[in-house]
Amino acid sequence: MSDPILSVRDLVKHFPITRGVLFRKTIGQVHAVDGVSFDLHPGETLGVVGESGCGKSTLAQVLMRLEPPTSGTVTFDGEDLFAKSGAALKAWRRDMQIVLQDPYTSLNPRKTVGDIVGEPFEIHPEVAPKGDRRRKVQELLEVVGLNPEHIRRYPHQFSGGQRQRIGIARALALRPRVIVCDEPVSALDVSIQAQVMNLLGELQTEFGLSYIFIAHDLGVVRHLSDRVAVMYLGKIVETGDSESIYERATHPYTQALLSSVPVPDPSLRGKREVIRLTGDVPSPADPPSGCRFRTRCPKAEAICAEQEPPLVPGGSSDHPSACHFAEVRQILPVA
Amino acid sequence: MAPLLEVDDLRVEFGRGADTASVLNGVSYRVEAGETLAVLGESGSGKSVTAQTIMGILDTPPGRITGGAVRFKGEELLGADRERRRLLRGESMAMIFQDALSALNPVYTVGAQIAEQFRFRRGMSKKDAMVRAAELLDQVKIPNASQRVREYPHQFSGGMRQRAMIAMSLALDPELLIADEPTTALDVTVQAQIMELLDELRRERDMGMILITHDLGVVAEVADRIAVMYAGRIVEEADAATLYAHPAHPYTRGLMASVPRLDSSRGQLDPIPGLPPSLTNIPPGCPFHPRCAHAEDRCRTEVPALRQLDDPAAGPEGHRAACHFAERFVAASPEEVLTP
Repeated sequence: MSDPILSVRDLVKHFPITRGVLFRKTIGQVHAVDGVSFDLHPGETLGVVGESGCGKSTLAQVLMRLEPPTSGTVTFDGEDLFAKSGAALKAWRRDMQIVLQDPYTSLNPRKTVGDIVGEPFEIHPEVAPKGDRRRKVQELLEVVGLNPEHIRRYPHQFSGGQRQRIGIARALALRPRVIVCDEPVSALDVSIQAQVMNLLGELQTEFGLSYIFIAHDLGVVRHLSDRVAVMYLGKIVETGDSESIYERATHPYTQALLSSVPVPDPSLRGKREVIRLTGDVPSPADPPSGCRFRTRCPKAEAICAEQEPPLVPGGSSDHPSACHFAEVRQILPVA
Repeated sequence: MAPLLEVDDLRVEFGRGADTASVLNGVSYRVEAGETLAVLGESGSGKSVTAQTIMGILDTPPGRITGGAVRFKGEELLGADRERRRLLRGESMAMIFQDALSALNPVYTVGAQIAEQFRFRRGMSKKDAMVRAAELLDQVKIPNASQRVREYPHQFSGGMRQRAMIAMSLALDPELLIADEPTTALDVTVQAQIMELLDELRRERDMGMILITHDLGVVAEVADRIAVMYAGRIVEEADAATLYAHPAHPYTRGLMASVPRLDSSRGQLDPIPGLPPSLTNIPPGCPFHPRCAHAEDRCRTEVPALRQLDDPAAGPEGHRAACHFAERFVAASPEEVLTP
């Protein structure tokens, strides 16, 4: 396999919890991302799934260098990402872009679509000389399936799906190699969501992009991802290629997630295996000892509170799974 | 006997003059006691406005009911006075909303908000009402109900707030519960818990339930009957098994082809092209025709009526669709790609 384009090792991001105004004291830490490692190869899509508060969006922000990490390393093309500064940092920003979830708040309402999509060229004028920008922006609009004539319109004149296309055009402007997609289709209606997902797939083939695709919808992730990482309370609990995660999940959390997703087929009603988790996700400010999932896990035993299970293949698992009792369980009906 | 709830040719508009948005254009459905009717549709299809009109909480203005009827056990509600509607709310019909945090009052305890109904509608003392509130929280499976009844909404997690709102809606034993996207804001593991709870309560109390959602998965798991809405109309209606096995309206078929399935791997999705119509400018004829691969001249001029189809595989309620060519589709499974 080719060298990874992005390599993440033991990435940690803690946010301090403070009290007091004059004398600020740190009274705790929110363990948003707590030791995450993965590789992303060129042309590949890594899906990151997990419920709210599992740290998937913080992960995106640290990878984009919007937040400094607490510890850990990320290398991009073999170079240390957090060591970059000045011109090297600016040059790297061209290679990695982000598409955000909410197309209503991630576009400036006072700018025209032309300004929004063309703004990256203002910051990186070497990509497109000034006289050439309008044409470039129109090309981009066409690539994402918008009418190039609409370059002077404002975001409010577009529907949600069209706005998400504008966000994608903006991310594509500098010809990046990696795009982080943070819940890019969750705010869209099903029929529009399918259009945007197809577009992301087509763009990947056309431009050889690598995606980190963050979402909570397991169906969407399966559809777009080559590999999947399942996160729970700041850690990856199971990772592997899509097929092994969806068909041979070995971590009880992944199994519970898969069993909770309603399948659009009434003939399967009551025939599927149901694993119901009780309670809510514990606070990331005070995660449980040992395995973080143990408080909701149907399999938990004494060892789970004492020892943190490593993310390695084990038991009957052919892919890394952080569980002392990992075993394959068929959750989804065999197609 | 009259059905529990009957919505008949309901029409609602917003705004005036050239900007008039026709939000509901003749919506009809029925719900019986103990039955779950799922109303499926995308944003702007009118599913929530229908629910608000049934509950009598539609803001008028800007909304305007221009026609139709809503009958609860045979009693016409649209002409009823405010006091009568107020009495029916809570007592006979109740509603739960998507966003429990904004539906609950942040400055009162959860218990006080539930107890309020017992105090004002049942004349109970403050103390007795709080005891009843705790019982209700216990029924919706909130642990430590007797303590949590004194907590504020912000101290509850998302799933618990939804449970608290369900408890509140059930306080006066309504016969009809309208659940408007009750699990859309929740994580899947919590969503599964809440849907199970709702289904259990409906069965125990023999309530009629209208489940409003855009999620084809949720619908498949709990609905008895399904009504699909598009541009303020019901475009298809059938029992759940029939609708999923052989959808008869091209829009329903398109929706099903748009959903990425958990149990099958990568490949192109087959989305519906284009956008839903603007409600201020609904296309003539069938409102779906600009996005429909099968549209013919007739579709551009003549509005298709919602009519009973000859579908031998359908349940006793039959199978209705608003498409001129529904017969062409009804025999085909949703996976079959029909060439226009």
